[in-house]
Amino acid sequence: MLKEIIDRWPLVRQIRGGTDGTGPEAMSGQTRRLLPRHDGAEVARSICPYCAVGCGQLVFHRGNRLLSIEGDPKSPISRGHLCPKGAASFELLTHPGRLKRVKYRAPRSREWTEMDLETAMDRVADRVWESRNRTFHEERDGQSLMQCSGIAHLGGATLDDEENYMIKKLFTGGLGFVAVSNQARI
Amino acid sequence: MPGLGTSFGRGGATTAQQDLANSDAILIMGSSMAEAHPVGFQWVVEARERGATVIHADPRFSRTSAMADLWVPLRAGSDIVFLGAMINYVLDNGREFRDYVVPYTNAATILRDDLKDTEDLDGLFSGWDPEKKAYSPETWDYRGSPSKKGKAAGHHEATGGHSKDRGGEADELSVFERDPTLEHPRCVFQVLRRHFSRYTPEMVEKLCGVPREKFLEVAEKFTAASGPEKTAAICYAVGWTQHSVGVQIIRTASILQLLLGNIGRPGGGILALRGHASIQGSTDIPTLYDILPGYLPMPTFGEDSKSLAAFVQKHRSRTGWWANFDKYLVSLLKAYYDDAATPDNEFGFSWLPRTTGDHSHLGYWLDMADGKLEGLFVFGQNPAVGAPNAGFERKAMAKLQWLVVREMVETETAAFWREIDVPPEEIDTEVFLFPAAGHAEKNGTFTNTQRLLQWREKAVDPPGDARSETWFIYHLGRRLKERAARERRPRNAGLNALWWDYRTEGRHQEPDVEQILQEINGWTVADRELVSGFADLKADGSTACGCWIYSGVFPELGNNRANGREPAGPYGHGWGFAWPADRRILYNRASARPDGKPWSERKKLVWWDAEKEEWTGHDTPDFAKKKRPDYKPKKKAEGDDALSGTDPFLMHPDGVGWIWVPSGLKDGPLPTHYEPLESPVENALYPRQQSNPAADRKERPGNAYGSAVDDGRFPHVLTTYRLTEHHTAGGMSRPLSHLAELAPELFCEISPELAREIRIRHGDWVIISTARASVEARALVTERIRPLDLAGRRVEQVALPYHFGPIGLVTGDVVNDLVAISEEPNVRIMEAKAMTCRVERSGGTARSDGGGA
Repeated sequence: MLKEIIDRWPLVRQIRGGTDGTGPEAMSGQTRRLLPRHDGAEVARSICPYCAVGCGQLVFHRGNRLLSIEGDPKSPISRGHLCPKGAASFELLTHPGRLKRVKYRAPRSREWTEMDLETAMDRVADRVWESRNRTFHEERDGQSLMQCSGIAHLGGATLDDEENYMIKKLFTGGLGFVAVSNQARI
Repeated sequence: MPGLGTSFGRGGATTAQQDLANSDAILIMGSSMAEAHPVGFQWVVEARERGATVIHADPRFSRTSAMADLWVPLRAGSDIVFLGAMINYVLDNGREFRDYVVPYTNAATILRDDLKDTEDLDGLFSGWDPEKKAYSPETWDYRGSPSKKGKAAGHHEATGGHSKDRGGEADELSVFERDPTLEHPRCVFQVLRRHFSRYTPEMVEKLCGVPREKFLEVAEKFTAASGPEKTAAICYAVGWTQHSVGVQIIRTASILQLLLGNIGRPGGGILALRGHASIQGSTDIPTLYDILPGYLPMPTFGEDSKSLAAFVQKHRSRTGWWANFDKYLVSLLKAYYDDAATPDNEFGFSWLPRTTGDHSHLGYWLDMADGKLEGLFVFGQNPAVGAPNAGFERKAMAKLQWLVVREMVETETAAFWREIDVPPEEIDTEVFLFPAAGHAEKNGTFTNTQRLLQWREKAVDPPGDARSETWFIYHLGRRLKERAARERRPRNAGLNALWWDYRTEGRHQEPDVEQILQEINGWTVADRELVSGFADLKADGSTACGCWIYSGVFPELGNNRANGREPAGPYGHGWGFAWPADRRILYNRASARPDGKPWSERKKLVWWDAEKEEWTGHDTPDFAKKKRPDYKPKKKAEGDDALSGTDPFLMHPDGVGWIWVPSGLKDGPLPTHYEPLESPVENALYPRQQSNPAADRKERPGNAYGSAVDDGRFPHVLTTYRLTEHHTAGGMSRPLSHLAELAPELFCEISPELAREIRIRHGDWVIISTARASVEARALVTERIRPLDLAGRRVEQVALPYHFGPIGLVTGDVVNDLVAISEEPNVRIMEAKAMTCRVERSGGTARSDGGGA
C-alpha cells in the first residue's frame, strides 16, 4: 500500500529511472488516462466540398457525431494538406446557423414559418404537377415537343455526380424540363 | 467545354494536377491558382523547385505572382492578343515542334478556296449573316470534304455549346487533302500564320499594356521549355472563361500547346482549374440545358429530332470515336426508360423534351423577369449573389409563383423577398427552403478538376430534416410518378416509363447511391450484369448506361473504383477513377513519336512495346491497345478503325488535334481578338469589329451597358476575383466564424496613383459604379494593382472579390450587381472578368471610419 503511494510520486520515479523529469515519469494518473480525441473513432474517407482540387479528407466520427476533419495524407493529389476553407469544413457541417427544418414563406408574408418535411414534399409535388400541366407542350406543328416550359432548375456543381444524374433523369427525362442549368460552363 | 473539346476532342483538362511537377515551364493565366486552388498549387511549387519557370500573367499581383519567376500584369480582356502574339512568335521564329505538328494536328490540312479570314473581312470570317447575327460555317470545312448525305454543314442556333457537334453536324471531315511540307498557301498552318501576323509585341504593348521586352521574355522562356526534351503546361480558371470571347481564349492556348507539341505529354497540357467540387462532374453528367450525360446533345426541335434515325444521322460521325454515338444514346435511353424503351418506340426518344431556344440560366432568368416561368428549383447555388446583374436576378424571382431552395443555410436567394426594394406584402412568391445534407452526411462522388471521380463515404446522418439531393429527387419523383400513373396522358408517357425502383435504406429511406453509380456505369439489360466499360455498350437496346464516359467506374459488384484508395505509380492509379477508362493524361499516344518510341527518355509516358505488340507505359494508353503505330486504315473502315496508328486525338473524325476548328464553334474557326463588351479602348486589330459579333448582349431595361468604347462615365477597367478564405457566393463561407474572421469585409484593390487622383487613402470607403449598379467597399490601396500604359495612354484597373452579400457573419455589397447579363455565343457565359466602371470617393462619411495606410 505504502509502496504504491511512493511509486506514484514523480520524484521517486525520476530518481529510480535516472531521467530528467520531462518524460512519462512526470505523468500523473490523470494525464495517463487522457486519450486522443479520435481514440476509438471511426474514420470515413471523404473529399473536400469546396473547390475542384479534390483534396482527400479523413472524417472522424463516433456515435453519429462528427469529431473532426483532417487532410488525408494518402491522397496523391493533396498529400494531407487542406487550405483554410477545407480546414473549415468541420465547421461547415456543425455550425449553429445550419438549417435543420423546412422553412416556408407564404405568398405576401414577411416571415418564415416552419413546415413538416413530408407536408413540404407533398406541397412541392402539387406545385410541380399544377405548373407542369399548365405549361406542358406535347407537340408543335404536328411534331413531338414534350416540353414543360414553366419550371426551371439551377444548381449542380456543388452536388454529387449521382445527384446530378437523378436531377437530369427526373427533370428532363421524366418531366420534360428544358431550363436545367448550373454553374458550369467551359 | 468547347474550348478544349473542339481543339482536342474532350471537354476536360488534358492533364492531372500532380503532372505539373514534371513541367519545365508553367504559364498561369486567368487564374490566381495559389489563392483559389491552394493545395493544387503545391505541384507548381514543386515544379519550380525542380527548375521550372513559372509565369503568372494577371492584372493583380497575388500570392500566385509572389511564387512565380515572372509576373506580367496585363489589361483584363486582352488575353487573345497576348496569346495570339505567342503563336505569332512561335511561327516567326520557327519554334513549332514540327515533327509533332505535322502528324498530330490538322496544320497540314488544306482549307476551301472560298474561305475568307478575318484579315480579308475586317474582323469577320466568311459566312457571317448580319441579320441573324450568326455564322453559317460551311466555308470553314476542309477542302474536299463531301457534304453529309446532301445536308449542308450548319449549326442550329440552339445546339452546339457544350455538346458534341464536332464532326457530326459538319460534313464528312474524314476526307481531306494535306500538305506535309506546310507550304500550301491554303493549308491550316499558312492560314494561321496570316491570321496572327499582326499580333506583334508592339500590339501587345498597345492593347495589353505589357512592355514588348517583357512579352518577349515570356515568349522566349515558354517556347524554350518545349520540344522533345521539354514540356510546358498552361493553367487557367474563370479569369479566361468569363469573357464574351471565353471559349476562344482557351482555343488560343490550345493552338499554342499544339504548335509546341505539349498535349498528351508529361508536364504538358492544359489544366482547367474548376471552381466547385464537381463542376466537371455536373457538365459530364449535366444539369445543363443543351446536353445529356456524356456530352450527347439535347434534341432540338426541328427536322433533326423528328426521329431517332435522323438524330443519329446528324450527330454520328463515320470516322473517329463518335461513330459510337448511337450506342451511347440508346444505352442512356435504356437507363432512363428500361423495359419501356424498345426498338418499336425508338427507345423512348420521343419522350425527351426538345429544346426551342435559350434555356440557359441567363436566358431563362430573363424569361422569369418577363413572367414566363411559374416555378424554380435552386440546389446549392446562390444566384442572388453569384449571378451576373444579381440585383436584376433577385427582382426577377418576385415574378415566380413558387421557389424551392435546397441549402445548408438560409441564403440571399431563399430570402430574396427581404432583399429587394419591393415590400414583401407585394411579392406573391411562395418559398420552400429545404435543409440539405453536407458532404460528410451522404455517400456520393465528386469529379475533380482533372476528371477524377472520388467517392465520399458517409460519416454521420444529416441533422434534423436535412436530406441529400438524391433523397429529395427520389421522393419527389416517387410522388409525381404516382400522379402520372393515375393520369395516362401522352405527356406522362416518359414519366410513367422512367425506371425509378431504387433501393432505399435507413430510417430516412435514403436511396442507395452505389446503385445509382452502377446505373451510370451501365449494365446488360438481360441479366443486370455490370459492364466493364463503354466498349461493351450496344445500340440494339441490350445495354443500359447512364453516362458512357464514366463507364468502367463500377465494373463489377463490390468494385467501386471511385472509392479506390490505394494509389500507385506517378499518376496515382488506384486512387479514384479518371474518365475515360482511367486515363490520367489524355491523348497520351502523342507522348510517343509516330513510330511509337518516346520523344525522349526524359519525357516518356506511353510507348509501343514491339515485343508484346501493345501500347504500354506509366498511364493507361488513350489509344487502342493493340493498334500498331504503322496501322493504316482500309478505305471503307469506320469508327476508330478508320484512324491510323499515328492519330492520337481519337474523338475527332480525322484523328488529329484541331488548330483549325472546322465545325463546332459559333464565333469562328480561329480565335480573334475582340474587345470586351465594355472597353476603354478601340479594337486596334479590327477597328470595324469592336466586340465579339456573335455575343449576345441581352441589353434591356435593368441590364444596361456603358458605351462599347471609352465611356467617359466609366473610365476604369473592373475585374472580379476570389479570395482563399471565401467560396463563390458565400453560402459555404460567410456563415463560418474562422473564415469570416480571416476575410471580414468587402474591399476594392486600387493603385496608389488612382487613389491620389480620386483623393482617397487606404481604408477609405469608395463607390464603384457601372451602367448596372453601384457598390460600396473599403479601398485597399496597393501597388499589387498597377496602372497600365497602353501606348502612352494610362488606364487604371481595379479588382473586387465577389463573395459578399447581406446575410452571414460577415456582410457586404453584392459585387455581381455590377456585372451585365451577357452571353458568350458557345456556352452562354457572362462577361464578369472585364468591364468598365467608375471608382470614386464615397460621399457618405457615415460608414467611413477613416484610417491611414
